Amino acid sequence: MSRVVIGVGNPTRGDDGAGVAAARRMRPRGLEATAPFQLVEMWEGAQDVVVVDAARSGAPPGTIHRFEVRSHALPTGVLGGSTHAIGVAEVVELARALDRLPDRLMVYGIEVGGLSHGGALSPEVEAAVEAVVAEVGGA
Amino acid sequence: MTAEREIAVGYLARVEGEGAMYLKVEGDQVVDLKFKIFEPPRFFEAFLRGRRFSEAPDITARICGICPVAYQTSACNALESAAGVELGPGLRDLRRLMYCGEWIESHTLHVFFLHAPDFLGYDSAIEMASDHPEKVEMALRLKKIGNQIMTVLGGREIHPINTRVGGFYRVPTRAELQALVPDLEWGLDAAVKTARFVSTFSFPGFERDYEYVALTHPDEYAIQNGRIVSNRGLDVEAAEWDEHFVESHVEWSNALHARRRNGESYHVGPMARYSLNSEQLTPVARSTAAEVGLGATCNNPFQSIVIRAVEIAFACEEALRIIAGYQPPSAPALEVEPRNVTGYGVSEAPRGLLYHRYDIDGDGLITDAHIVPPTSQNQLSIEDDLRAYVPDRLDLSDERLQWELEQAIRCYDPCISCATHFLDLKVDRT
Repeated sequence: MSRVVIGVGNPTRGDDGAGVAAARRMRPRGLEATAPFQLVEMWEGAQDVVVVDAARSGAPPGTIHRFEVRSHALPTGVLGGSTHAIGVAEVVELARALDRLPDRLMVYGIEVGGLSHGGALSPEVEAAVEAVVAEVGGA
Repeated sequence: MTAEREIAVGYLARVEGEGAMYLKVEGDQVVDLKFKIFEPPRFFEAFLRGRRFSEAPDITARICGICPVAYQTSACNALESAAGVELGPGLRDLRRLMYCGEWIESHTLHVFFLHAPDFLGYDSAIEMASDHPEKVEMALRLKKIGNQIMTVLGGREIHPINTRVGGFYRVPTRAELQALVPDLEWGLDAAVKTARFVSTFSFPGFERDYEYVALTHPDEYAIQNGRIVSNRGLDVEAAEWDEHFVESHVEWSNALHARRRNGESYHVGPMARYSLNSEQLTPVARSTAAEVGLGATCNNPFQSIVIRAVEIAFACEEALRIIAGYQPPSAPALEVEPRNVTGYGVSEAPRGLLYHRYDIDGDGLITDAHIVPPTSQNQLSIEDDLRAYVPDRLDLSDERLQWELEQAIRCYDPCISCATHFLDLKVDRT
């Protein structure tokens, strides 16, 4: 079963687009989600899923956080959350409560720098996106 | 009772965007109350200046991931009316159908995932999902049906890319729409069950005499166009908005406060639509409203969750009606070329009236834009609700009072991300 990669974020908000940038570089297996809520539908039927999101934990920009979700709850307050009330961590835990998690689910959080409108990725985040693509894309 | 109490919520959960609340009470008097929007302003109106008129639907759709169709529709309405173009019935129906998809999706999100946990005593939908998995599964499927309509008509689920001024880039075939019918029939039934379920919640006894403002259309429950009316006699065109409403900046909010020209608050959204237009609901939605005990109007904001459920049923039923009568229009779009003109457009976003105005120059470029989202219009009403709600409930513990006040704010499904699209940045230098 091939791997599905889903990038979450807003590509018009600078580093918040890190997840989507990673997904675009892994097409066709890389898919884009604007709202975390889409995840539950997008991973339906897939067994091996990787989600890439922006993170805001206070770590240096470009830091890559890795979470193996089947065995550990996803901590809240690390991933960037969403302006739409429900972030990736909440959606993952909701799916867990409903028994709708894929068999294998890795979540990558890329620590952001700036969230300017229309801005490109900062160099640190750009490097982290490349690192995640190299790590995830080969499988 | 202590003489002075303060309740501060630094970060409101389960609302769209970043907001806060502050309440100060002395004795039985509310001396300070603020619904604060601190999400940074987003300057969309400034982005629009200098862009071609035809870009407005795609740029403004980015204001909100929950209600992009509303932004696209109000923008298209403004620009089409500026050019003196009116859509024919086929294109008009398709726009309404896409809007039904947005109502289904947005209302389902709010009813089940943002507001129901308040009534059932959960901190989040995740806890609710453990105890009520079948309800949450139903909600996910309902929401997906809204998404499917958006995908067929909009090209994708969020931030649809198929809408253009004058119509669409591509219109669907009859077969593409027919494929939605079984799910919509299931959805109508699920929405009726949802209305029955949420009507059993315990609603705080609270009513306020609102000025309800919503669109009204002679032939249908207004969604994508109509006249702006109120239960206090207002009845005007979109172009007259500025004569009757005014926006002002308050220091505690990054969203402008809209009010009536007489200074009073007013209320937009499902409660206003229902109270002004309930007789025009589709048959199943109407009978469901009656069955769950809604009268011809409703003044208890906590019951907005029931009205949203009724509007989900309406949107499914209306979508089925449109699909049954659909004949693909001969052309996917009409020619629209506004020049040296100002265009005004309104529509009923899931959260209420959404007003757009565009000034277009001789080259078809936007020289000025003005967008008033529903949450900006409801901010004052939210504060008036809280101010009226508190005095009778000072015997509640701080924790309980805070819970109920947050629940009261969520009655409006405030979309802070939408509301902060605009703030004039002023730098005072001396």
